Amino acid sequence: MVGVKSVPSPAISADDRSHEVDHPSSPVAQFGADQPLRLDCGVDLSPFQIAYQTYGELNADRSNAVLICHALTGDQHVANVHPVTGKSGWWETLVGPGRPLDPRHYFIICSNVIGGCMGSTGPASINPATGKVWGLDFPVITIPDMVRAQAMLIDRLGIDTLFAVVGGSMGGMQVLQWTAAYPGRVYSALAIACATRHSAQNIAFHELGRQAVMADPDWHNGGYADQGIHPHRGLAVARMAAHITYLSDAALHRKFGRRMQDRELPTFSFDADFQVESYLRYQGSSFVERFDANAYLYLTRAMDYFDIAADHGGVLAKAFAGIQTRFCVVSFTSDWLFPTSESRALVHALNASSARVSFAEIETDRGHDAFLLDVPEFFDISRAFLQSAGKARGLTAKDG
Amino acid sequence: MSVQEVLPLGGVAAGQSGQARADHLLVAEMVKPGSRVLDVGCGDGDLLQLLEARGIDGRGIELSREGVNRCVAKGLAVVQGDADTDLVNYPDDAFDYVILSQTLQATRQPKVVLENLLRIGHRAIVSFPNFGFWKMRLQLLIGGHMPRTENLPATWYDTANIHFCTIKDFVELCDAINVKMERSVALDLYGRPVPLNLPWWVWNMFGEQGVFLLTRGGQGK
Repeated sequence: MVGVKSVPSPAISADDRSHEVDHPSSPVAQFGADQPLRLDCGVDLSPFQIAYQTYGELNADRSNAVLICHALTGDQHVANVHPVTGKSGWWETLVGPGRPLDPRHYFIICSNVIGGCMGSTGPASINPATGKVWGLDFPVITIPDMVRAQAMLIDRLGIDTLFAVVGGSMGGMQVLQWTAAYPGRVYSALAIACATRHSAQNIAFHELGRQAVMADPDWHNGGYADQGIHPHRGLAVARMAAHITYLSDAALHRKFGRRMQDRELPTFSFDADFQVESYLRYQGSSFVERFDANAYLYLTRAMDYFDIAADHGGVLAKAFAGIQTRFCVVSFTSDWLFPTSESRALVHALNASSARVSFAEIETDRGHDAFLLDVPEFFDISRAFLQSAGKARGLTAKDG
Repeated sequence: MSVQEVLPLGGVAAGQSGQARADHLLVAEMVKPGSRVLDVGCGDGDLLQLLEARGIDGRGIELSREGVNRCVAKGLAVVQGDADTDLVNYPDDAFDYVILSQTLQATRQPKVVLENLLRIGHRAIVSFPNFGFWKMRLQLLIGGHMPRTENLPATWYDTANIHFCTIKDFVELCDAINVKMERSVALDLYGRPVPLNLPWWVWNMFGEQGVFLLTRGGQGK
């Protein structure tokens, strides 16, 4: 008989995850009826909340604030132990003492995006109008919506101009949206492994992931929360498919090759014979422990809709006309999800707008995920950029 | 007598000009303060830094990531790219000057590159090693081998310089594509300008490198 084993059930209960949704272990900024969030879809979202983390101290003239924008499945826990998984922060390679973003020099802020599931209002949150989980009643959000909510948080924190806005992937999209929407509030922008619009191929991969979630019978048309269940099988498959796009052929070959998982010979079954299969299953099952399936649908959709040029008459350069922000754009050679050509298109538009832009393509075989990994050349340029911008801004530029 | 003493270098502080390369100082002197400049093949950004110290708004293109990194560390705005493939993406009239320093001979299509320089910039400043320099001629004539000099030590099989030309060749190319020379300077082996009042063939013989300030034909002053 052919052995069949699907993705295992999560080890962490849904309670841990759902508790963080409405009662996060992070500070929360509440916005009441007097401060609705104007969404691109035409809805005024109110009330809503934004969960965030900060590291370091805001200086006297409030000039050292750095906003980090997280990627699709990231959250505000940049450089602290994650409250659900117990793992270290997702960007501790870049953020921390002696790192390019050193909390001894900067006041570093990261908020969970609107539509997320780690404390900011999203489809997993309770809809105050019904007392039930929003589910698919939650309005569709966009990258500009995320940035609008972040700007409200920055206002609340009493910060006018951010010294830097930094992010990779979906975080990089937010960085670019910040510069397009609030050019006067961003002194420098570090946009990593991103694009000014989501490509057809990327939309296609997202649609694959969403269909995997929606094909799970436990999804219940988005109403699984009422049933006390979670479509973890569908979400795990979505994550597995997406995770492949974050890596590269060379990285997979180097890490796993055709090596077998705890066995010498094939089992002639559909068990995870290969290490790469086992790895992907692990990625899928660990992801569902901390992420809400509907939030995954909403956030992938937000990325799909992103197209800065479309919002500016189809001319990308218009989005950045007259901008004074210092830009640094970084791409990775083996990133096929957000390839260098996308970054170059951005750089050309910034050049056409006479913006102050630097660009480097980092040689690595680690694919899109390289921005989260220990890639010294990437840290070198990030440090060089932030330090020189800090000097120009009059911040102390010691070992930060 | 050093180059610094020969050239009028208003705006360049003594400390900065002290270590600057002769051709960089000459180029810096050709650029009007307050203008916008693109330096194609900007290396470690030394020239751009010299220019920004004179109040010039500078941008750079550099092939190597290490070079880009060193430029970014100096606070310069430099994009990793290639003169042959990336200049086409810059809009017309984006800069007052586009500089191509010691790079023309390493491009695949020097003519196209030169045309792009003067499309992107109102003026271009181009410097290149002169293959008509007497030492080069002598090595080929007497030695019978491809010339190698202190400044161009690579052998024929590993050199990046695939399109060497003489000053005379370059002047002919400018004529052919309707590019006007506003200023021409030949530097000798020691970086000293070859005196202006000497005839062309002297330049082509004793100029180790040529530095040219170019403008579009029919549009210049």
